[in-house]
Amino acid sequence: MTPGLALQVGTLARRSVVRTLRQPAMVVPSLFFPLLLLAVNAGGLQEATKLPGFPADTYLDFVLAVCFVQGGLFAANSAGTNVASDVESGFLNRLSLTPLNRTALLVGQLAGVVALGTIQATTFLVVGLIAGAGIHAGLAGAFVIAALSLLISLGFGSIGAFVALRTGSGEAVQGIFPLMFAALFLSSMALPRDLIETDWFRTVATYNPVSYMLEGIRSLVIVGWDSEALAMGFACAGGIAVVALIGASSALRTQMVRT
Amino acid sequence: MSRGGVRDVALAVAWRGVHNYFTNPAIIIPGLLFPLFFFTAFAGGLSRVDSIPGFEFGSNYTAFVYGFVLLQASAFGGVFTGFSIARDFEAGFSRRLMLAAPRRAGIVVGYWLTGVARAVFTILVVTTVALVTGMSVGGGGIDLVGLYVLALLVNAAATLFGSGVAMRLRTMQAGPAMQIPVFLFLFLAPVWLPYELLTGWVHAAAGFNPATRFLETERGFISGDPTHVLLAFALGAGMVAAGVLWARGGLRSAERAA
Repeated sequence: MTPGLALQVGTLARRSVVRTLRQPAMVVPSLFFPLLLLAVNAGGLQEATKLPGFPADTYLDFVLAVCFVQGGLFAANSAGTNVASDVESGFLNRLSLTPLNRTALLVGQLAGVVALGTIQATTFLVVGLIAGAGIHAGLAGAFVIAALSLLISLGFGSIGAFVALRTGSGEAVQGIFPLMFAALFLSSMALPRDLIETDWFRTVATYNPVSYMLEGIRSLVIVGWDSEALAMGFACAGGIAVVALIGASSALRTQMVRT
Repeated sequence: MSRGGVRDVALAVAWRGVHNYFTNPAIIIPGLLFPLFFFTAFAGGLSRVDSIPGFEFGSNYTAFVYGFVLLQASAFGGVFTGFSIARDFEAGFSRRLMLAAPRRAGIVVGYWLTGVARAVFTILVVTTVALVTGMSVGGGGIDLVGLYVLALLVNAAATLFGSGVAMRLRTMQAGPAMQIPVFLFLFLAPVWLPYELLTGWVHAAAGFNPATRFLETERGFISGDPTHVLLAFALGAGMVAAGVLWARGGLRSAERAA
């Protein structure tokens, strides 16, 4: 990275991080709702561990992974809303008159998502441990969980940025939130795939990349080091991030030309 | 001022609210999607849990989850109506409405009617999906009347609660103040398993939560084995009465600010 590019990325990244963290309406729900669902699920579905073949001793261990993916969904909302606001307010218009590098703009815009993702991952890990969850993969596993969680946030955040840049509308970003929520719900979020009784649901969960992201994080919590689950988790999260970043970059190019 | 004044204002506000609801996808879709997501995810993804020892329910697991989704649709119908009121205040519409309305109580009644229309539509869609996907209903006609009257009581209480918050704060930023208490009300209850199978603090919290009684009564109506009926209706009526006082206070606050 050239010094000029680094300065551009740094400036925009600082703006993105400050703007994200200054909005309690973005930070608080992204922590509160995943933790509430964790607390309710852990007590409400503990008896599900009595099902034959259930892989964990406590439902808390099993369901902890959901927080990280749900946090990623909020990241999509946060990134998309901020980018859409830049389009709507004419900020991108003004930037297009400067010699700013497009990559710097995209990377800088997503820095807020990474900052939010870091806060989320740290909070969920600490709360999970305090509540009694055990991470079988140990301290190194906790770092890998945080890394996968950040990649998931980056992937979903890039989807949010793509939609915002493609449509230039905050409402459109809000519109994809339910769809992403559906992706979480139609996954192995509540039970392992082999214990899902309903055939069509099990099939959808098997083709749903969110299942593999959950299973990647979950494997570190309840099994230890499961290379296949981790590889699938990172591949799905990384794949989504790469595809969404390419889409966002292309949409940004179009958006800058329009201006 | 005549009772007709209240009725005219209420009908005008309700007509506008219902028209906005059915002509604006950004309003109608979230209210429909979330109950459907919950229904699909839990009826499909968690159906195995009905084989847990101690799980006793007269109908199938789809019907068990439907009881919760019905409560959710009723309560969130009210919360979303609160969002609409807050939006009206931000846009300046409510200020003009308060200047124009001869009887301002009609404004609250109108929003309540809007909440009822929204809840009825959502319940209709969710019920159709539940029946198509195999919900078994053991209850008879009287049970079903009881089921939906109870749902409308919860909807009225939630609408009055949302109205009170929206009229006090008069901004969309009030969204979490309406959403979070209702979220807690709904989820600190036997959502996926019967109350007896809950564990830990959720079990303790659910014991004090009126939503537990509503859920048990609704599920009893669905399976044809009604339980705690009087208690549930008394709680529902009490919540509506408290909601009326809360919304009236909100209206007074909005009047002072207008």
